[in-house]
Amino acid sequence: MSWILALPILAPFLTAALAFLLRNRRGSGWVSVLGAALSLVLAVRLLLAVLEHGVIAGQMSAWPAPFGITLVADYLSAAMVLITAIISLAVAIWAMAEIGQTSTRLGWHGLFQTLIGGVSGAFLTGDLFNLYVWFEVLLISSFGLLVIGGRRQAIDGAVKYVTLNLISTVLFLCAAGLTYGATGTLNMADLHRAVAAHPDPGLMTVIAVMFMLAFGLKAAVFPLFFWLPASYHTPHFAVSAVFAGLLTKVGVYALIRSFTLIFTHDQGYTHQILLWTACLTMLSGVLGAAAQSDFRKILSFHIVSQIGYMVLGLALMSPLALMGGVFYLLHHIIVKANLFLIAGVSRRLTGSSDLYAIGGLYRSAPLLAVLFLIPAFSLAGFPPLSGFWAKYVLVRASLDAGMGLVAFVALLTGLLTIYSMTKIWAEAFWKPHPNGSWPRLSDIPARPRWLMLAPIIVLAAMTVLIGIFPQPFISFATIGAGQLLDPAAYIETVLRGRAS
Amino acid sequence: METVLALLSGLLTAAAVWLMLSGNLLRFLFGLLLLSNAVNLAIFAAGRLTGAAPPLLGPGGALPGHEMANALPQALLLTAIVIGFGLFAFALALTIRAWRSFGHLEVDRMRLAEPDEGEK
Repeated sequence: MSWILALPILAPFLTAALAFLLRNRRGSGWVSVLGAALSLVLAVRLLLAVLEHGVIAGQMSAWPAPFGITLVADYLSAAMVLITAIISLAVAIWAMAEIGQTSTRLGWHGLFQTLIGGVSGAFLTGDLFNLYVWFEVLLISSFGLLVIGGRRQAIDGAVKYVTLNLISTVLFLCAAGLTYGATGTLNMADLHRAVAAHPDPGLMTVIAVMFMLAFGLKAAVFPLFFWLPASYHTPHFAVSAVFAGLLTKVGVYALIRSFTLIFTHDQGYTHQILLWTACLTMLSGVLGAAAQSDFRKILSFHIVSQIGYMVLGLALMSPLALMGGVFYLLHHIIVKANLFLIAGVSRRLTGSSDLYAIGGLYRSAPLLAVLFLIPAFSLAGFPPLSGFWAKYVLVRASLDAGMGLVAFVALLTGLLTIYSMTKIWAEAFWKPHPNGSWPRLSDIPARPRWLMLAPIIVLAAMTVLIGIFPQPFISFATIGAGQLLDPAAYIETVLRGRAS
Repeated sequence: METVLALLSGLLTAAAVWLMLSGNLLRFLFGLLLLSNAVNLAIFAAGRLTGAAPPLLGPGGALPGHEMANALPQALLLTAIVIGFGLFAFALALTIRAWRSFGHLEVDRMRLAEPDEGEK
């Protein structure tokens, strides 16, 4: 059982080593693509195993839990690993068209695969300190990806990204150390028991809030999100896409995991904070986006507002709300990464991502326009796209909980999202290009053109598919949310080795 | 001993916050270094300071009769120190690069990625 859990983490790291060794050869990008395809196969295998068994766990080096490091996959983890592999493959293909010789020689593909390995590890680990280590792995590779290419703007963005993320890291470490000091364990399943049984619940709440701050900074929630819109629009578009799709979601995942499995002893306090955070995150993100005029900056602020919806699902803690949160998480990764990839194509066609300096894409590249509308409308929550179901469930869950104001904020955020998407549509696609050019997709040579368009088309097709046939995904998310709300199976699977 | 470590950790944190709020990137980094050391001390103290013997098994894997110290907090600390060192090295390299690109390290004046609307 261990290998099936460890392989989705090992595959990206082996690929990274190979891609790094071959960085001076021409095949480096293809190594990354093949490695990503292999990871996808392994992730599908993991998901099938989880569908069969519910929860699977493996102890590294055969040390029994809670002493050794545990890898665990429940529905949420397995789905996150699969979606990571999908985004990794899409971006690896897309990157072949964008990442030039200089960046390749500096080891871009190796860093990219290391990042994916770190993300997969964070989703699969069942140990708090191990989670810290995976966070560091993905953090240090994201630092590298951010500055490779080295434009002055990217250095400026990286300064803010690096400093604020390092503070979150120190907080996380401190919280993990204090947790161990207070409970004597770092195994998440064991912590569920230890935290609930701790004689001083106030101390546990203090530690819980430290984790909330550390993960909240990673997830970019209000008021800790300022590093995100300061940096996400500066690196290569492929980097933006994978950051936008996956990095903040690792923070959201960590929040969901720690506040459904570990710190559930004082929900009246912790989840109330999360609820207000969620509402303010939705509003501040979408209002920030309304003030921007750069394609990628608008999208960056929308990441923040969408994080609010996911945290809302966690804060309400009802089966319906958590199901909505999980569904939102999965749908959002696809949509957001795709929007950044589309921004990259539009930049290549028009020469800029400043909305006032570009235009005319609707007439000159109608295919791109259609491909933009699918994720953009899904983000805003138009039926029958995937975002509609995600928002519908969350609004419904807030109304069920008797929180009309929260539902109103969620709906208002959706409305304002349409405003920013319309802005991009009107400026980049509808109005003529200010310098009168009509750049066509066929102006890009065939090879890079299809390397860019193929992943976008596939991701857009997935968005449509989830929207038209939401039932299997919703029942999957329902079971996943059920496992989160009642972690008995998770804990039993992890600790089973101890009794025998 | 715990009291001394707690006070020292608090003192380091205070100095770290003061440095980090100064608005200079290099001072920020030194503040971060102090902060991570404060956290390391806190973990060390939280792992209990005892005078017990090191956790070594006797011949043939026999459990020794006396009380043993818990080595895990130290193991966590070592990991954290190594990781912190790597991150600090990167941050320092980034600072040098920022110095070469901008000619200063004043964080408030680093507005390239987010220019004021008026300056456009």
